[in-house]
Amino acid sequence: MSQSRVPAALLALAGLGLLFFLLPLAGLIVRAPWSQAIDAMRSPETGTALGLSLFCSLAATALALILGIPLAFVLSRTTGNLRSVIRALTTLPMVLPPVVGGVALLLAFGRKGLVGALLYQAFGIQIPFTTAAAVMAETFVAMPFLVIAVEGGLRSLDPRYEEAARALGARGWMVFARVTLPLLRPAIFSGAVLCWARALGEFGATITFAGNFPGRTQTVPIAVYVALETRPESAIVLSLILLVVSLGVLVGMRDRWLGAL
Amino acid sequence: MNRRCIAFAALLVLTACGGQAAGAGAASTPPQTNLTVFAAASLKPPFDQIGKRVLKTNNVSVTFSYAGTQTLAAQLTQGAPADVFASADTAHMTTLQAAGLLSGPSRLFAHNRLEIAVEKGNPKGIHTLADLSRSGIVVVLADPSVPAGKYAQQALTMAHVTVHPASLELQVTGVLSKVALGEADAGIVYVSDIVTSGQVDGVAVPDSQNVVADYPIAALKSASNSAGAQAFIDLVLSPDGQKILKAAGFQGV
Repeated sequence: MSQSRVPAALLALAGLGLLFFLLPLAGLIVRAPWSQAIDAMRSPETGTALGLSLFCSLAATALALILGIPLAFVLSRTTGNLRSVIRALTTLPMVLPPVVGGVALLLAFGRKGLVGALLYQAFGIQIPFTTAAAVMAETFVAMPFLVIAVEGGLRSLDPRYEEAARALGARGWMVFARVTLPLLRPAIFSGAVLCWARALGEFGATITFAGNFPGRTQTVPIAVYVALETRPESAIVLSLILLVVSLGVLVGMRDRWLGAL
Repeated sequence: MNRRCIAFAALLVLTACGGQAAGAGAASTPPQTNLTVFAAASLKPPFDQIGKRVLKTNNVSVTFSYAGTQTLAAQLTQGAPADVFASADTAHMTTLQAAGLLSGPSRLFAHNRLEIAVEKGNPKGIHTLADLSRSGIVVVLADPSVPAGKYAQQALTMAHVTVHPASLELQVTGVLSKVALGEADAGIVYVSDIVTSGQVDGVAVPDSQNVVADYPIAALKSASNSAGAQAFIDLVLSPDGQKILKAAGFQGV
């Protein structure tokens, strides 16, 4: 479609929409204290928060891959009411306010929670306030993105490949590992990237379930929030770093990304 | 797959919208004015009542935004529209004064003191600030950028106690809720938090180790309802307002 065919009104609205995305980024870049950027980047707080954020978001993505792919598989092979229930449960964290998710996690895995109480009484393990809690919070919020992407991939899969494998004598697990999984690679990849990006930006569930402590649960978004009030220039620099990392991933993986869609 | 992408984007936006909740104002009667009050999180219980009073007597409908003082001060500095600011320390009020955001001098309207919040019945036997450094005690404090966190640091320094907090919450109510939910064994909060919460017990901190928090209030230069702002401040300083604050665990002026 050539550009001239787009109605002027749509073009204007689209421009407005683009501007809405662009202006906040411009604000960050224009207001960034470039002279202090290097110092702020080298400061131990920045490094600690960035390292923790990378670790937590990657761990959450790994966890989401391990649990989410089987979940998507089951979801795509289930029908009727059961499917609706599983689907609603899986996508709930996407529409739930993250803070509510954090409270729910506390009530399940906290020291007085449904499961957490057993863990605490039996082993003295307390999940909240630990890095594990931050990873769990991020997984809770981000995993649906992976499940939905992989389920979409599974639904558009041509069933004849799996049937052929079965006809040739491969059994359930073998078909899944050698045929289904490789065919799903693009969907898994795009789902994992979305999941990772959502995990990297997670704030509400993390602060509620894991709290805020530098080096343990203070991820970059929380560090930005804390710094905004006391050291605004650090907050801007941290935001910029997060922006560059995210953009870098999107641009760097663009070809594979587009291939996946 | 493209449509799916759009749905993702929409959901991303939706999920990102779960921001800070603001207290809502009161019901409406015809010729009334609106007032926006930015108040420290610890002030919610008495200010909600004072808001109802001001609606009844002055027909001013108040919308409150409660958060950590440092959050509110940052928002006001960035130009957030409000009529009245009530701070949990004088430092942030002074910052706003220096930035030329106040319409007049601020007035002290209440004091607050620190107390240790513990689980009901105090099962861990916490009686002093020094007990907070015992191993196996999960302590949660407010972040030092929050007034309550700054005061807690001062109190711990005076008591020569070093604690290793499990978390540095972004507002004092976060400390309270972590103790109330049983995730933390103890936290340092304001006396008023414990009086109004009802879900935790308080352990008094002796005067020699305690810090008195001063609460100043001021009308803002950007106020769109300066008459309403003055009515609200007058009520806070009036015997009625002071009675409400004292019932909520604050000390009057």
